[in-house]
Parts: sequence; C-alpha cells; structure tokens
Amino acid sequence: MVSLNLLAAICLGYVVFLFAVAFAAERAAAAGRTAWLRSPWVYTLSLSIYCTAWTFYGAVGYAARSGLEFLTIYLGPTLVMVGWWWGLNRLVHIGRTQRITSIADLISSRYGKSNLLAAAVTVLAVVGTTPYIALQLQSVTLAVAAFAQTDPAAPAPAAPSVTATWVAVGLAVFTVIFGTRNLDANERHHGVVMAIAVEAVVKLFALLAVGAFVVWGLAGGAGGIVERIQASPELAAWRIDGARWAGLTFLAAAAFLCLPRMFQVMVVELEDERHLRTASWAFPLYVFLISLFVVPIAVVGLEALPAGANPDLFVLTVPLAFGQEALALLAFLGGFSAATSMVIVAAIALSTMVSNHIVMPIWLRLGRGGATVSGDVRHVVLLARRLSIAGVVFLGYLYYRLSGGGAALAAIGLIAFAGIVQVLPAMIGGLFWRGATRMGALAGIAAGFALWLYTLFLPSFGPDVVLPAALMAEGPFGIAWLRPYGLFGIEGLDPLIHSVLWSLSINTVLFLAVSLASFPGPLERLQGAQFVSALGAPGGARSWQGGAVQSEDLMMMAQRILGPAEAQALFRREAARQGLDGYLPEATPEFLDALERELAGSIGAAAAHAMIAQMAGGTEVSVQDLLAVADETAQMMEYSARLEAQQAELTRTARQLRAANEKLTQLSVQKDAFLSQISHELRTPMTSIRAFSEILRDMGEDGAQDGGEDGAQDGAQDGAQDGAAQARYAGIIHDEAIRLTRLLDDLLDLSVLENGQVSLNIRDGTLGDVIDHAVATAAAGGERPALTVRRDPASERVPLSTDLDRLSQVFINLVSNVRKYCEAEAPELTIRTGVAGGWVTVDFIDNGRGIPTDQQELVFEKFARIGEQGAGGAGLGLAICREIMARLGGTIAYLPGQGGAAFRVRLPAAVALAAQ
Amino acid sequence: MSAPLRRVFVSRDAYRSRRLKDAARLLPVLGAALFGLPLLWRGEETARVGTAGTLLFIFAVWAGLILGAFLIARRFARAEAGAEAAGPGRPGPAPGGD
Repeated sequence: MVSLNLLAAICLGYVVFLFAVAFAAERAAAAGRTAWLRSPWVYTLSLSIYCTAWTFYGAVGYAARSGLEFLTIYLGPTLVMVGWWWGLNRLVHIGRTQRITSIADLISSRYGKSNLLAAAVTVLAVVGTTPYIALQLQSVTLAVAAFAQTDPAAPAPAAPSVTATWVAVGLAVFTVIFGTRNLDANERHHGVVMAIAVEAVVKLFALLAVGAFVVWGLAGGAGGIVERIQASPELAAWRIDGARWAGLTFLAAAAFLCLPRMFQVMVVELEDERHLRTASWAFPLYVFLISLFVVPIAVVGLEALPAGANPDLFVLTVPLAFGQEALALLAFLGGFSAATSMVIVAAIALSTMVSNHIVMPIWLRLGRGGATVSGDVRHVVLLARRLSIAGVVFLGYLYYRLSGGGAALAAIGLIAFAGIVQVLPAMIGGLFWRGATRMGALAGIAAGFALWLYTLFLPSFGPDVVLPAALMAEGPFGIAWLRPYGLFGIEGLDPLIHSVLWSLSINTVLFLAVSLASFPGPLERLQGAQFVSALGAPGGARSWQGGAVQSEDLMMMAQRILGPAEAQALFRREAARQGLDGYLPEATPEFLDALERELAGSIGAAAAHAMIAQMAGGTEVSVQDLLAVADETAQMMEYSARLEAQQAELTRTARQLRAANEKLTQLSVQKDAFLSQISHELRTPMTSIRAFSEILRDMGEDGAQDGGEDGAQDGAQDGAQDGAAQARYAGIIHDEAIRLTRLLDDLLDLSVLENGQVSLNIRDGTLGDVIDHAVATAAAGGERPALTVRRDPASERVPLSTDLDRLSQVFINLVSNVRKYCEAEAPELTIRTGVAGGWVTVDFIDNGRGIPTDQQELVFEKFARIGEQGAGGAGLGLAICREIMARLGGTIAYLPGQGGAAFRVRLPAAVALAAQ
Repeated sequence: MSAPLRRVFVSRDAYRSRRLKDAARLLPVLGAALFGLPLLWRGEETARVGTAGTLLFIFAVWAGLILGAFLIARRFARAEAGAEAAGPGRPGPAPGGD
C-alpha cells in the first residue's frame, strides 16, 4: 500500500535528484567539461520531450478507444527524422547561424525581423501550448488520484486541485531556476537538457517495465499477447479511417517541427549539427520502443479492469490491480517525468518568446529601453522571462481548472497540434522560397489561427461553453455553411481533420497569394536571401551602414544585455580583428551585424534589431540606399571602364611618342651623318681645287720673277711647259668644280624631290625610247670595258605618259651604276620589261657579284656606297631614283636572286595605258 | 552550382556521397508509402489480417526504417571521417550541407 505521503516524498526526492543532475550539469558546463553533455545521445534523449504525459498515459487510452490510430502520432515524427535531409538539416543550420532563439524568432527573423509577426506567432504558441500544459497537470493529478483510490486514509475529494497547484508551483520554480540562469540562449541550458535526458530514460524504462510485465507477466509472452489482441472485442477489428490515418500522420509530422518546445530542444539547444545524424535513427528508435507495448497494455487493461476504468491510466492501474506497487510507482515516476520535462521546456520556450517579442518591445517603446541609458537591462529581460514562465504555467493551470479536466487527454493534444501547425506554411515557405513575404506570412497565420479557433478550439469546450449550441448546430445567423464543424458545406468529416484541412489550406493559399501580390522590404529580402541560400554562405548581406554610431554607446548597450564581462570580451575580440588595441572597435557594418547577432541570441532578432536601430539612428539600409549603392557601383564600374580606355589610349600615345622619338633620334643621327658626309664630299674636290689653284698661283709668281731676272728666251720655253701644266691643272680644277656642281645639283635635286616641290613634266612616249636614251647617255664616254646591253625591243613597245626625263634619269642612273660597279670581265646588262597586274616592270640585271643581303636595304639611303670601289659617286643616285619613282607613283627595289645586281622599276600601268 | 562548373564525371567518393543523399531523401518516402499500405487492406482481407497483423506489419516497417536510417547515418559519418583523414585542409561534407 503506497500512501499519498510516501508518493509525495518520492516525488520530492525525484525532483531533488533532478535538481542535482541539472546542477551538476551546469557545474560541468561552467568548468568546461562538456564532452559528455554534448553527446548526440543527450541530444536524442532531449528530443524525447515530444513524448509527454500524453504519450505516457494517453497513448494507451487512445489505443483502447481508437485502436492503432495512436501510432500516427509517432509515425509522423519518425518520417520527419528519417527524412532529415529534406529540410531539417537546413532548419537546424539556419537556427544556429542566425542565433535563433525560438520559432517565433525564426519566423520574425526570416520576414525582415518583424516584431508584429513574432508577437503573432508567440500568441499562437501560447494559446496552442496552454491546453498542453493543462494536460500535463491533469495527468499528474489523475495519477495521484489513482494512487489515492488505493489509499483509504487519503482525503480524496480535495486532492485533485491541491495536487495540480503544487505541481504547477514546483515546476515553475524549477524552470525559473534552471531556465533563466543565463540570458544568451546560445549558451544553452545544459542543466535543463541533462535533466530532461535523465527523465527521458526514466519514462522509457518505466513504460518498458510495465510493458514487459504485461506481456511476459500477464499475457504469457509475445504469442499470448497476439492472441489476446485478436480476441479483444474492442481492438480486434481494423477500423481505421483513411483520412484520419493520413491526416494525423501529417499533423504529427508538422507539429513535430512547429511545437515551440520541440524547436527549443531540436534547434536552440543543439550543440553540434552532426548530432542530427545520430538522432535521425535514434529518435525513431526511441518512439518505436515507447509505443511498442502500448497496445498490449491497452488490451490487458481492457480485459482485466472493470468497464468504467479510465483507459488513460492503464499504465498505472494495471500494475496496481495486480498488486505490483513498485512497478506502479515506477510508472508513476515515468509519467511524472514526462509531464514535468514537457512543462519545463515548453515554459522556457514560451517565456523566451513572450519576453523577447512581447515584453521587450513594449519596454523599449516605453522609452525606458532608451539604448543610451546606463544600467543593466539584463535584469529586466530575466525578470520578464521569470514572470513569463510563471505566467505560462499559471495559464496552463487556469485552463486545467476551467476545463475541469474532463476531455480525454489525446483529444486535447491533437487540438493543440492543429493550432501550432498554422506556423508551418510560413516556416517552410520562408526556408525554401525567396518570394515569401511578411504580409503573406501574417495573412496566412492570422487566417489559419482564426479558422482553427472557430472550427476546433472553441467548439472543443462543448456546446454552450464558449460558442452557443445553436451556432454550432445551425451556424451563425442560421447560415448553415458557416457551421464550425461543417464549413462550406463539407460534412461527415472528422472535426479534427475538417479543421486542419480548412485552416491549413486557407492558410497556405493566403500565404502564397499575398506573398505573390506584396512587395518585400529591403531587410526582408536580405534575410530571405540569407535563409534560402543558408547552406551556401552565412551572413553575406549586410544590413547596416557604419559610421553614425559611437562604439562607446554600443558598448554601454551591449554590457546591459550581455553583461559586462561578455560584452567586453566581444568588443575586444572585434577590436583585435580590426587590428585595434583596447575595447572599442570601429562601428563598421560587419561589427554591427556581429553585435546584432550576438544580441539576438539573448533577446531575439527583432528586439536586437530594434535596439541597434535605435543606436545607429537612420543608418539602416533602405531601398533607396540599396539602389544608391547599386548606382554607385555602376558609376564606379563605368568610371573605371573609362579610366581603362583612357589608359589604353595613353599607352598607345606613349608608344607612338616613343616611336616618334626613336625616329627623331634616328633622323638626328642621320642629319649628323649627312652633314659630316656632305662636308666630306665637298671637302675632297675643294681640297684638290685649292691645291691646284695654289700651284697655278705659285707658277704665276715664279714666271714673273724669272722673267725679270733671266730675260725672255728662257721664259718662252718655260712658258710652253708651264702653259701645258697650267692647262692640265685648270682642267683638274674644272673637273673638280663640275663634280662639285654635280654633287650640289644632286643634293638640290634630292631636296626638291624630298620636299615634294618637284613639278612633273608629263609627256607621251614609249618605254623603248626612254631606255634607248638612257643606254646611249650612260654608255657615252668612259674608260671602262664596253658594256653589253641585252634588250628585247619588242616588249619595250609600251606607251607611257609620264615625266619621261625623270624616268630616263632613273634609267641612266641604273645603267651607269652597272658601268661603274660591275666587276665582271665582260659586263653585261639585261633589261627586261613586262606588263603584269596593273604594273609595268623594268628589270636591270647585271652579271656582277650583286649586293650582299644585309646591304640591299641600304643602297637606297643617301651617301650609301657599297664597299670601297673607287668610282666617285656621292652615293646619292639611288636615293634620288627612289624619290623620283615615288613621285611618279611607282617604286624601285632591289631584286634579289638574279645572279647579279638587279633592280626592278615599277610603274603603274594606268600611267602607261593613259598614253594609248 | 552554375552550369559551366557542373561536371559530368565526379570522383567515385563524390558520386557515392550524392547517391547517399538521394537515399536519405528517398527513405522517408518509402516509409510513408509503406505506412499507408494498411489503408488499402479492406473488406475480407481486413478481417483476416486484423489489428495484430497490422501492428506487426507497421512495427516491422518501422524497424526497417530505423535500420535504414542507421546505415545511412553511419555512411555519412564514415564519409566525413574519410574526408577529414584525407586532408585537414579539405572541408568535410557540411553537416547540414547540400
């Protein structure tokens, strides 16, 4: 016989044990010994708060009432965990990189850190969770009552409310102590997580123990229990409604993602993203084990206990009925664990949401949060959280008292599920679709919430409690298609499925439609991009512009929220990263972002954003700013493109200048060379002229003296001798003067040609005549061996219309060059003419040695002479020829590979044809 | 991955890791289909199979899913350990990476 006092003592002892576990875990975490705290097994076990007292007691009741349908509640989460690669990994990753503190924070953060949205989700979560907390209180109360029935000494009537009150107070105290020790949610609640992990083990062990007792102790093994199931009048038939089966599986899967407490343990308390991998199979295994013995316990309970017994308590009452009090106590502790862990985590999650999204914004708005005011804000946040925890637990208690604890446990749980999954479209859409907007999320959640209230939550209290019976039966104002259980004329559907169908589908449709129609703000778009591409680069976009805010003010504010030590550490770290000494980093956009994220870990994204916005004034990025930045970038790019073009042009110009400079230098060298050459050329004849003229002068003087002294006869003989010498000397002087004149003529000619001042005397004639004239002129005179000229007169009958004198000058030059320079014993000149491709060509080919390849280009330069042949040209002939041909529109070039020196003169045929 | 960077032939490890992700994605689909199967057992079949049979079927599928998830998780862990052993500079597959 277990007395109520013993039960109370055991509960108390168990709670003290939990305190010790939590405390030890906190101490270990503080000391840095977190290896075992961070194991994936602790994570998996903490996920088991999904299995609340509703699971522990309610599943058996559910099975007893509706057969296998209870399985859907576990199959849904199993599929979610097994399918973690579909999106759970992304959710967890975003939650960690964005320092998300709750599901409301996630939604708000995704949709531009909207506080309105966060508050809406918070309200939804509170309304959806309150019945659930009531459920836990109820389960503990019922369990105590079940023991009380076996204890004749107990004062039965007063027990229920007293139990509930004490449980509520105890849970609130525990949660306040371990749930609000530290402010930064990213530091995580090691103590709480450890405690719920221990509780998870206790409840699993308890349920397995009861199950084992039932199967092997009562039913005679696995075979026996199968027979009993088949024989059971309530359970044998397979009577599952397909819509409910599929609908509930989906609902459970969705709720698993959306429940605030699940989000808390799954995302916020997660130490390492790799733990998700272990949990992907370990958590399904956990719920598999939890539900393994549910049906056997239900079957045996239905068989063994009287007809009126509450099936929700079979886990307790079956061992009690068979006198297994120790087992019953274990079962009681299991249920107690399930209830308390759920309340604790739910209270922490909700209090974070309430304090961050409802209390803090109001407090900030009241002005006392003026960010520049000194003083610690942390106590305000912590106080808000503690009050929120107490408030949330109290709300649950209130709900329990008001509802009278009547409805079956499972029904309440499902109603709560249906409420909280209204967040699902906004959440999934926010993670995968960049087009999702704040307005869409708000519209979807509001509509879904309203529909859920109207079609499920309010009617669940029963007719005439909240909604009048008439309204429920006939619809508002007698409009039948607006009845809560038969919306838009759909009837005969299960109320739960009916409500989920309507609320979620209208929620989704509105969410999508409004998102498509509305335009997101800049911050929303930045956040959307970060969330949707979260697995790529974390924190690519910046939402702040630095500069306007003083680091000292930021420091003051951060100290108030994070605490002095942490804030200083953070600032020092940032300063060091920026390469500064001391505690004050520059207020760069990067730093503001980092700080905001840090603050968001404490007070949520929206509040953190608001506080930074308050400090940084209007430096938040607006669309105009973004456009301006884009504009600036475009301008910069255009400017740099222009610069590049200019640079290219400059390079080009520089190259041209360099080339010009080189040419000028060459010209200068050429000029110097020309001058020295010309003075040399002039000097040679001048020297001989001077020398001979001096001789002539001296001879004149001598003659005068001789004549004076010796008389006339000597003079006559000498005079004849002198006369011959004088004539020779005068001849030399004359020749040299002619040579000088010719040189000057050539120079003048060249200068005239080069300056383009020459006027051409165009006449008609034939090529043959011009060559005849040139050969005759060049051959005239000269002591050299006779030159043989080979010609083809027939081909030379090409009419010309050009400056014939100039052309013949060129030819004369070429022929006389052969005469001068061809060293062959019998010099030969071949003159070939041809007409081809619009050109008349005349080749002059001799049989000499030709010109070396490296000098072929030089022969056309002024004063260029090949070798040291004695012939006395000034080296201007070919230069003049080139200039003349250029004037006549033709060319003259050296023609290599002809056996001797060969020059080709080309005249445009147009000139030739014009004469015809 | 942008089009120019998409490679047709990837290394054997990369190929296996992609197929592993495919398997991880397909597993819940298979599970959902199998869990929905009992809905199709109607009429006289129903009477024959009954609650016990259905229960056993579902638990068997459930155990299969857990085993599958376990094998996939182990392969992921091994791939990661292999990547880490192969080169410290080379990042292992991101825990939540896709």
